[in-house]
Amino acid sequence: MFACIHASTGDSLREFAYGFSPMVEEIGRGTVVIDVEGCELLFGSPYQLANEVVRRAETAVNVAIAANPDAAIHAATHLKGITFVSPGEELTCLGNFPIDQLDYSLVNVEKKIADQILETLRLWGIRTFADFAALPITGVSERLGQEGIKLQQLAAGKTERHLQVKQPPPVFANSIELDHALTELEPLSFIFARLLHQLCAALNAYALATNELSVSLQLDNQTTHERKLSLPHPMRDHKVFLKLLLLDTEMHPPAAAVKSVSIACEPVKPRVLQNGLFVPLAPAPDKLELTLARLAKLVGEQNVGSPELLDTHRPDAFSMKRFTLQRRAKRQSAICDGPCLGFRRYRPPLKAIVEAGQGLLTQISAWGKQRSVYGKVVALAGPWRTTGDWWRDDRWARDEWDVALERQGHQTLYRIYRELATENWFVEGNYD
Amino acid sequence: MKAALSKVELEADIASRFGDAFKVHEKTVVETLATGVNEIDDLTGGLPRGSISEIFGPASSGRTSLMYSMLAYATRHEETCALVDTNDVFAPTAATAAGVDFDRLLWVRCAGNLEHAFKAADLLLHAGGFGLVILDLGDVAGKDARRIISSWWYRFRRTVEDRPTVLTVISEEACTRSCAALTLELNGAADWSRGSLLRRNSIRAKRQRPLSPWRNEGRFVSAAF
Repeated sequence: MFACIHASTGDSLREFAYGFSPMVEEIGRGTVVIDVEGCELLFGSPYQLANEVVRRAETAVNVAIAANPDAAIHAATHLKGITFVSPGEELTCLGNFPIDQLDYSLVNVEKKIADQILETLRLWGIRTFADFAALPITGVSERLGQEGIKLQQLAAGKTERHLQVKQPPPVFANSIELDHALTELEPLSFIFARLLHQLCAALNAYALATNELSVSLQLDNQTTHERKLSLPHPMRDHKVFLKLLLLDTEMHPPAAAVKSVSIACEPVKPRVLQNGLFVPLAPAPDKLELTLARLAKLVGEQNVGSPELLDTHRPDAFSMKRFTLQRRAKRQSAICDGPCLGFRRYRPPLKAIVEAGQGLLTQISAWGKQRSVYGKVVALAGPWRTTGDWWRDDRWARDEWDVALERQGHQTLYRIYRELATENWFVEGNYD
Repeated sequence: MKAALSKVELEADIASRFGDAFKVHEKTVVETLATGVNEIDDLTGGLPRGSISEIFGPASSGRTSLMYSMLAYATRHEETCALVDTNDVFAPTAATAAGVDFDRLLWVRCAGNLEHAFKAADLLLHAGGFGLVILDLGDVAGKDARRIISSWWYRFRRTVEDRPTVLTVISEEACTRSCAALTLELNGAADWSRGSLLRRNSIRAKRQRPLSPWRNEGRFVSAAF
């Protein structure tokens, strides 16, 4: 059964109708249809429901209950008060309505065609819904086409359709206020787990995923601790989210006890990926994210990622970017075809003491925390001068040498340089 | 006879309860990943997947050149690679020149912390999906490398054995003991005869493990970088 509520004042009744059922279709302003199936336990019989609607309404409304939504709409629009249309007896109620009151938009008939059909009906002497419903269906089909049949069924109150329900937009955010402020991560993890489980269930219900989680913690010291987790691929696994969130909270702990927790996510379409048969396996996105988070916790966020060369000739100029696996076309990145000479760079460079004789380097010694370099120079090449960024404070200017040092019968190849500004010597690294 | 029968019965009973307790795990045909250096691939047949490969040698013996070559080959063939850089010595500029595709390389810098390096390697191996994981211990002093407890290597060997991952350990001295399926000793020399400009090095590689009568282990092969 369907109930139509019509307010002659034209006020929007959608929010009012949600108080009775979530299955609500709004037919323009002032008219809504609700599906009353299953409302018996709350409101009793359909007639009691209609009475309850009239009682709760702030303005005067017409309520009609019928077996199909279109009959209920016609009855509520044109009959005052409460109307109950029994199933199969629609014409008893609607039969005397003038044919001009037929709402053709309910059966998706265009205005131009509907006007032509109604004009034809008037010429035939058809004045009411009952007259139209009494016409033989074969004749209507032959003379007025499919649109004529649709309008005849509408007049007879025999249309069958589902409600075009517009549900309110989903909100993917959850929050919880705590009775007692939490100071430790372990109890907080249970709160996170509960909120994330609800969020992921909502995402799952709408077949969505998320690639951004926003966490807001209200703290005891009247401040807010906000964190944002960005994921390279959309996911909706609450266990993965929980582990990522806990790792992030361990790395960036809140400054005070937590009073309330809010988690929101940005819904996006889930990732659909077809792996190639001959493409090597790559780490699963969720496992990779967890591994990256654990590595970041272990060695620091700035020490995990992919290197990216900077657009400068400055030695050792690079930045770390987030490691993500993106499928892309093969590209030829090789600069040299065969193997190239390897270099191990000392960070920071070792400050060195260089001895020279007859204009040539003879002995080098340098000590650092992790390594030491010393030995007799048996061969050398250079110098090569490199300079750059002379207009900036952090300019560089230096002379480089490649040297072979002999120690205990083994030769090791190093790159050393002398800073022109300070005249200091450094060992930059070794060839390997 | 009765004792033998009862032993069979006992084994059958235990096997029924504990699955393949008496099953000998036999290695199937080993897939390999090429290093990108023909001479070394000819010598070794490539780096075996699901195993530990160890490359050791003194400084300037060509370990890093070989490492860059391996990374370049693997990333060029769309393998996902990870480098655990114990002493933070990886040089991106030189790696780019060698053809390493950074989009497929995860670089973990451990700033000289050996424990972090092993934990990072363990995390990467357990994540799965990496084609090549390199644990660079090249600047770890020999005495420290010898102190690495064997259980780490056994753990790594057990972790990778069912995965298509090559775990390569680069070190100054051999330290993986019996856990490595392939051990390469490098011994390089600078090529100064090309003039005063040092831009090339040559390495000599010798396979130490596995020992087999039909392979040419025990002799050095040379490759130029």
